[in-house]
Amino acid sequence: MRVPLTWLREYCDPPLDVRAIEQRLTLTGTKVEAIHRHGVPDVEGFVVGHVLDVQPHPDADRLRVCTVDLGAAQGEGPATIVCGAPNVATGQTVAVAQPGAVMPDGTKLERAKLRGVVSEGMILAENELEIGTGGEGILVLDELTLDAGPRRCGAVPRPGTPLADVLPIATDVLELEITPNRPDCLGVYGVARELHAATGATLAPEPWLADPGSAGSVDGAQVVVECPDLCPRFTARVFENVSIGPSPPWLKARLMAAGQRPINNVVDITNYAMLLTGQPLHAFDLDRVAGAKLTVRRARDGEQLQTLDGQARELDSEMVVIDDADGPTSIAGLMGGARSEVAPDTTRVLLEVATWDGPGIHRASWRLGLRSEASSRFEKGLQPEQCMHAQAVATRLMIDCCGAQPAAGTIDVAWEPAAPQVLRLREARVRAILGVPVAMQRQTEILRALDFAGEPAPDGLDVTVPPLRRDDVTREVDLIEEVARIDGVDRLPATLPARRGAAGMLTHAQRVRRAAEDAMAARGLHEIVGWSFAEPGLLDRLLLAGDHAMRNVVRLENPLSDTQSIMRPTLLGSLLDAAQHNVARNGPDIAIFESGTVYRATGAHDERAADEHHGLGVLVSGSLAPRSWRAAPAQADFFAVKALLTALLDQLHVDWSVQPRTWPFLHPGRSAVVLAGEQTLGFVGELHPLVAGAWDLQRTAAFAIDVGKLAAVAPEAIPFVAFPAVPSLRQDLAVILPDAVPAAQVIASARGAGGETLQDVSVFDVYAGEQVGEGRRSLALALSFRSADRTLTDEDVAPARERIVAALGELGGELRG
Amino acid sequence: MIERIAELRGQAEAEIAAAGSAEALQELRVRYLGRKAELPQMLRGVARLAPELRGAVGKAANQARQALDALIEQRSSQLGGEELHERLRADRVDVTLPGAPAQPVGRLHLLTTMRRELEDIFLGLGFTVMEGPEIESVHYNFDALNHSPTHPARARTDTFYIARPDLLAPSEPRPGQPPSPLAAEELVLRTHTSPMQVRAMEAHPPPLYVVIPGRVYRPDSDATHTPQFHQIEGLAVDEDITLADLKGTLLMFARAVFGDRRDVRLRPHFFPFTEPSVEVDVSCFHCAGSGFLRDGARCPLCKGEGWLEVLGAGEVDPNVYSHVPTSEANAPGYDPEKVQGFAWGMGVERIAMLKHGVPDLRLYYENDLRFLEQF
Ligand SMILES: [Zn+2]
Repeated sequence: MRVPLTWLREYCDPPLDVRAIEQRLTLTGTKVEAIHRHGVPDVEGFVVGHVLDVQPHPDADRLRVCTVDLGAAQGEGPATIVCGAPNVATGQTVAVAQPGAVMPDGTKLERAKLRGVVSEGMILAENELEIGTGGEGILVLDELTLDAGPRRCGAVPRPGTPLADVLPIATDVLELEITPNRPDCLGVYGVARELHAATGATLAPEPWLADPGSAGSVDGAQVVVECPDLCPRFTARVFENVSIGPSPPWLKARLMAAGQRPINNVVDITNYAMLLTGQPLHAFDLDRVAGAKLTVRRARDGEQLQTLDGQARELDSEMVVIDDADGPTSIAGLMGGARSEVAPDTTRVLLEVATWDGPGIHRASWRLGLRSEASSRFEKGLQPEQCMHAQAVATRLMIDCCGAQPAAGTIDVAWEPAAPQVLRLREARVRAILGVPVAMQRQTEILRALDFAGEPAPDGLDVTVPPLRRDDVTREVDLIEEVARIDGVDRLPATLPARRGAAGMLTHAQRVRRAAEDAMAARGLHEIVGWSFAEPGLLDRLLLAGDHAMRNVVRLENPLSDTQSIMRPTLLGSLLDAAQHNVARNGPDIAIFESGTVYRATGAHDERAADEHHGLGVLVSGSLAPRSWRAAPAQADFFAVKALLTALLDQLHVDWSVQPRTWPFLHPGRSAVVLAGEQTLGFVGELHPLVAGAWDLQRTAAFAIDVGKLAAVAPEAIPFVAFPAVPSLRQDLAVILPDAVPAAQVIASARGAGGETLQDVSVFDVYAGEQVGEGRRSLALALSFRSADRTLTDEDVAPARERIVAALGELGGELRG
Repeated sequence: MIERIAELRGQAEAEIAAAGSAEALQELRVRYLGRKAELPQMLRGVARLAPELRGAVGKAANQARQALDALIEQRSSQLGGEELHERLRADRVDVTLPGAPAQPVGRLHLLTTMRRELEDIFLGLGFTVMEGPEIESVHYNFDALNHSPTHPARARTDTFYIARPDLLAPSEPRPGQPPSPLAAEELVLRTHTSPMQVRAMEAHPPPLYVVIPGRVYRPDSDATHTPQFHQIEGLAVDEDITLADLKGTLLMFARAVFGDRRDVRLRPHFFPFTEPSVEVDVSCFHCAGSGFLRDGARCPLCKGEGWLEVLGAGEVDPNVYSHVPTSEANAPGYDPEKVQGFAWGMGVERIAMLKHGVPDLRLYYENDLRFLEQF
């Protein structure tokens, strides 16, 4: 909300500069988002002038050469000013910018030659001063324009008078963030009350205290409210003899500074009263209200209405319309109708000030796409008392600025004032919540400044909540907040909680996740963070069949776009996207991983609607290390990614294995399931070339595992295992086997046959080629034998070795040369 | 005779010191200590000397022989060392060539590093780390956090809803009517980590000190908003946890992340689930909180304010405790007259952005290696 500082100071004027005011408001909860300058940057050089003479310009039809008295201070007689405005005339009092003056847009005025005549300044129009929108003629300062409203200056000012003394040509404007719990601060006076509480400076009386109107029934107009639940209060006043015209300069200037465009005096008054009190108003031309009767009712579902902007809008029964005898005239709180709008010939005005249900307005505004200064105030939830604040302020101005006569009475429908709420504020509780005491006297003072009344009670205060705060302050803790924010939460000491029994530590699962991420980064992989969202087409690009379990995705009802409309069922999508992005920009070598959540729908009858698990995915393509001058780096393939998987799982002491298995998105001959016992941890494999190709990638390999399951099988504490003091005996064995026999089976077979002393078997070389024959390969096995009590000899292990050879023979193996 | 010994010794010492090779040394050894050399002959001739001379001459000759012997040994190993040294010097590599084979260097994502840094700070302050679901019920995301049934944050424009054809979910609660019972079954992508406040209190009795890192979602997308981002929620509930304790805890955080000389400032604000509510500013580390740089220019980081807004916080609203049912798991439960505490929510992206000067939030999710390699 924009609040011109000069306007604010009219109600509360602390001896502080704009920076200090900003600081106090911000630190008490009314955050100043920005400070703008409205009007001229500096009032220097702007003075009142008196037009002594007007002559035609010798060389230009549309220009005049004026002799203008700028006051004795000039000391050099009257100034010559060239002026192009059609309305300039001898005898006028005008606003003049002298050479050196800086205009609102930043241009500095210079003495200038206009078609051969030197002009010593400029006679100004109101738009040039940003105090109005009129630019067709110069601003004439007569008694009427100056004599109205709070800034009365009485007579026409003398030439040479600083212009700022008679017109609001410059003000700082505070842009405030008003939190949703404070609709009472959506008007200048509400902010003034905050400033009063925050600084202790005097607060002027409420501007609605002196109401020139009267209560009682009104002749000649009628209002019926059919839905009091959506319209807690509806007030209206009638004004006769209204003359529509421009508003006085001070009023236009205020609206301009507050960000509102002046229209005509009646509309400007409704805007001014709203900006001051926070309560929106609406003016009807009473002669255009058919039947002089308004009916407030729920709209019918599907009811069509043409609004002021020419659009046909469809309403529903949660929205409120205002009818006259000819049908709907406006949508309550949102938009008036053209039929009963105030026009230049209007003479009788009905001024509506109503309270609408806040959430209802919010919903209707959102549904219909209609937002305005009024709707944004209504939707926060205004209090019925505010209606008469706005009526009182507007009535005063209707009399002063439109020459109107208020008809007797005020229509006031459907409102019973509620008894004010009284809350106990315990002194001990204030201290308990804040951590420091606040003196009772100070508490009372703060609450009074905020319009609360406090009476002493045995353990604190009995506090009466003012009507405008009744929705926000309903409990003791809400009062504590009021005391705290004005006393200054910035002044609280910095203490630490007692932390009884609290010891910070990570869980096993959290440590496993960190260790897994660290293991991958330590092996040269970069971590990426992808989107949780994915596009439905991802499932097709991963070649998933229509009934594949991974197609059971969580879908968003209101995605930002179709490309972000499902929750990812796998980390592969974001890994592939990141790989594609980087291959295009940074070359073909990709080694990345992601540690993040994946999502699957579990169906309606499950207790949880979605299964979320934390996954770790790795994707490699191209070289796995930088090029080196001594050796060519390994290239990404099945075994390269399996080596990374091995490093990860061995680091975490997991007992694991793989078995061939296929996934639609993996190379059918180069993919496997990762197992820990019977538990499936995930997959490892080369990507299907069609999938890799869909992301513009060459040979690419990946694995993904479920980190939750990994944590479950990773031991928390590693027990010590004694190792013998004697060294083990190592032997190598090369065996030629049919290549259909998996290495894991060879090792398992050797292990089974080796007996107790065989500690370990591993494959350290693989050879296939002419020497071993078609369909066969040679595996070189490293055997490690160990005895707990003595050093073994070749003779000792000979029987075991024979058994192993025999067992391998059963697999079709024969010892190699 | 003794003079002769000294003369021989001096002469030999000088020649040994000057010997330039093993051969030269061997020649000197033969010359001075060989069978036919003068000194050994003197030693052998001691027996033939007058008894009063035998002691002194024998001793001097013996000492000279031993000294020369040792000197030759010393010089010999010295010469050997020099020779090895020369050989090794010749066996030289270009140490400025890169190490090989090159080891790839990988890094954690900045968001992970930042999240862990924050977790570790609060672990040190006695908080444990909890995580929770990202697909969350309306109950935990809004209702239990004291959002009114008509709170604007519930709107489709502000929250992602999960499409659930199995439920006849009403779109918007209607004004003046209680929310439909089905509304509580609606699922959303959590808009903050705060739903875990109630979940944590349901699972554990007080005192409770937890931080909850995690991914959250809001339908916004521009340079300062991404539809997904990360928060770290903090929650401390005990008998007597005050707003001053919140300030102290966040001061520790601010100094740990932004430097020892930082200060924090609480500003009153509004959140539905805290009361009193505050926004927390940290004094700007770029201009030491002055708002201006040394050259007088306005600080570009804090825009001359001297303070950087980093998070929202407050004392837990009593209404939130009333949404925590007492059970076996959390007995004796959370009675707002008996327990009190604070909560905060901070944005990981924003803190990393401030600390590392990342100009655009979207860089975090683009995953360009030129970004990833930097941190
Ligand atoms: Zn700064």
